[in-house]
Amino acid sequence: MKLLIRNGRVIDPASGTDLQQDLLVEDGLIARSGPRLERTVAGAEVLDAGGKVVCPGLIDMHVHLREPGHEYKETIETGTRAAAAGGFTAVCCMANTEPANDTRAVTDYILAQARAAGAVRVYPIGAVTRGLGGKELAELAELAEAGCVAFSDDGRPVMNAELYRRAMEYTLPFGCPVISHAEDTNLSHGGCMNEGAVSTELGFRGIPSAAEDTMVARDILLAELTGAHVHIAHLSTAGAVRLVREAKARGARVTAEAAPHHLVLTDEAVRGYDPNTKMSPPLRTRRDVDALVEGLVDGTIDCVATDHAPHAQSEKEGEYDGAANGVVGLETAVPVLLDRLVRPGRLDLGTLIARMSIGPARLLSLPGGTLAPGAPADITILDLDRELTVDAATFRSKGRNTPFGGWRVRGAPVATIVGGTIVWRAAAGGEPGR
Amino acid sequence: MAWKRKDLLGIRELDPAEITLLLDTAASLREIGTREIKKVPTLRGKTIVNLFYEPSTRTRTSFEIAGKWLSADVINFSASTSSAGKGETLLDTARNIEAMRPDVVVVRHSSAGAAELLARTLRCSVVNAGDGAHEHPTQALLDLLTIRERKGHLEGLQVAIVGDVAHSRVARSNIYGMRKLGMTVTVAGPPTLIPPQVQELGVKVSHRLEDAIRDVDVIMMLRLQHERMSAGLIPSLREYARYWGLTLDRLRASARSDVVIMHPGPVNRGIELSPEVADGPYSVILEQTQNGVAVRMAALFLLAGAKASQEVP
Repeated sequence: MKLLIRNGRVIDPASGTDLQQDLLVEDGLIARSGPRLERTVAGAEVLDAGGKVVCPGLIDMHVHLREPGHEYKETIETGTRAAAAGGFTAVCCMANTEPANDTRAVTDYILAQARAAGAVRVYPIGAVTRGLGGKELAELAELAEAGCVAFSDDGRPVMNAELYRRAMEYTLPFGCPVISHAEDTNLSHGGCMNEGAVSTELGFRGIPSAAEDTMVARDILLAELTGAHVHIAHLSTAGAVRLVREAKARGARVTAEAAPHHLVLTDEAVRGYDPNTKMSPPLRTRRDVDALVEGLVDGTIDCVATDHAPHAQSEKEGEYDGAANGVVGLETAVPVLLDRLVRPGRLDLGTLIARMSIGPARLLSLPGGTLAPGAPADITILDLDRELTVDAATFRSKGRNTPFGGWRVRGAPVATIVGGTIVWRAAAGGEPGR
Repeated sequence: MAWKRKDLLGIRELDPAEITLLLDTAASLREIGTREIKKVPTLRGKTIVNLFYEPSTRTRTSFEIAGKWLSADVINFSASTSSAGKGETLLDTARNIEAMRPDVVVVRHSSAGAAELLARTLRCSVVNAGDGAHEHPTQALLDLLTIRERKGHLEGLQVAIVGDVAHSRVARSNIYGMRKLGMTVTVAGPPTLIPPQVQELGVKVSHRLEDAIRDVDVIMMLRLQHERMSAGLIPSLREYARYWGLTLDRLRASARSDVVIMHPGPVNRGIELSPEVADGPYSVILEQTQNGVAVRMAALFLLAGAKASQEVP
């Protein structure tokens, strides 16, 4: 079983490659790349990538697939189909399901369901504490053995520093990071958007940057105390970027991610009270957005992760302060970032690809993230000229809660290949296919 | 000028001419309340729904009287007696009410943005009667009308807004209106009750009552909600009253002799206002309430009645 991807611009940040050439896939693995491979390869299916970018399959290390328990919001099937349509070949799913992914049985279920219905690779993230309750440790060793690639109580930050310290220590031998949703819930209590001039005008209690910064600082200090690897999820503040940058310079084992919405939107988007601008952490200011982009460019931020958080329409259409937190991101991340960061020259294409492939692969020790011979044939093909209008009605995700509805964007994925199999291709004509 | 908006959601979106139109219309409609038969046929056949999700006596009654003096049919929904108590969402309730073909929905809700949400959803006109800590436009209009009557003009006046500005929709709507009409505004209170970056709304900030009220033409005292203590924003009512309560002594020591004292009500006597100030000659609290009916008649008239291009009755 051979697949020859012909004549694309092959970008593989892991090896520093950026060349117009062919890429050969054999038996689910990358075989080799080079010019005019078709002359020496017989019997391969040919995929023409002329004028397109061929890059390692993108990995989203922060999504909510909602199964088990909240299948009305999303399932492993719909969530991974959305991932494939967004150019992702692998996703890591957070533990805040119902029941939470705090025991081997839940991890086993997620993996079985992913094998049965998943369109892309699924790596579960286990809970840090039982029931995400923040009181006692989950059975972390067994979760790691069952296949969890990291631990997080995402959305329910462990406020007890002593317990979090012990979680970091206990998981040290497993080689899995602890992922922090950095939020001091006392400081953020009652807030539903960034604290600042806009919250004052709109009449909302705000969430100060310090709610994030103090917890980022705490978790960096705990990482230094324990020697554990702490990964900070969805940085949203300039202060958090600075803290991570300084910690890395000291040699602390700290990594970080940023979400597309935090990289392109500010709290000005909350005017009009659209609940699709509500998420945790909230949209911040222009200064924060600029700091995040700078951190993405200089490597302070290791990866882009969407925090894909699908909700039912009824949870996202009413009063702003009562609406659920979170936005979907799998099907908009690549187009929005290509259009708003890469096209204006704020971030180069190779760096964006690195932050969405080898970046997360390295920090979670996942296979993939590279086009080196022998790597799994997880490949994403991008068309930098494909134009589309974001239309939630066309999403494969059950979630329609996007803050990017109606955006005209240029640059999008056109094909997604997992283990040598094409799992998604854009329909002809530019608009996304089903 | 003519009124063109479908809704009255806030003062921030209005231009000075629109605010002045509302005030002038209110001033001419106020006379209806002095007639022996307090009724004009202007809104006959129109239906106004008061949709109140928060307790309110004064504002709801004021809208009700305003509607009735203009001959509209006024229906009151309150959250405690309606299907909201059975878990129906705001949007569902609103859609069901719309199916009964009202002309105006007057809404009060604890969530900022709730009025805008309804305005987006409903074809009929929506009047914001207070949404969270966001806006309460008819309160600001009645305050402006009261000040204009007392002082004869608005431009150039100096105002101090004192107390829990952070949680006050009255403060926000007044700040927008006063700034648009050329008035100078100082907000004052302990820093925990002043919202972040409030200076960007074009106001000065003071943390001392005596400084804030010196030389101003108008002092607007805000109501202190008792739950601010449990939230850790102030240590005690006693201490708040000690430093932020407006007493006659303090007034005489620091304020001008022709100063006007306002309060959106209900007053916490002995906390933000001492009884002798609340009931004294500086106080215009009852005029505010009277003007409330006039302002609400103006709002309802412009939204529901002016389409027929009637003259003010």
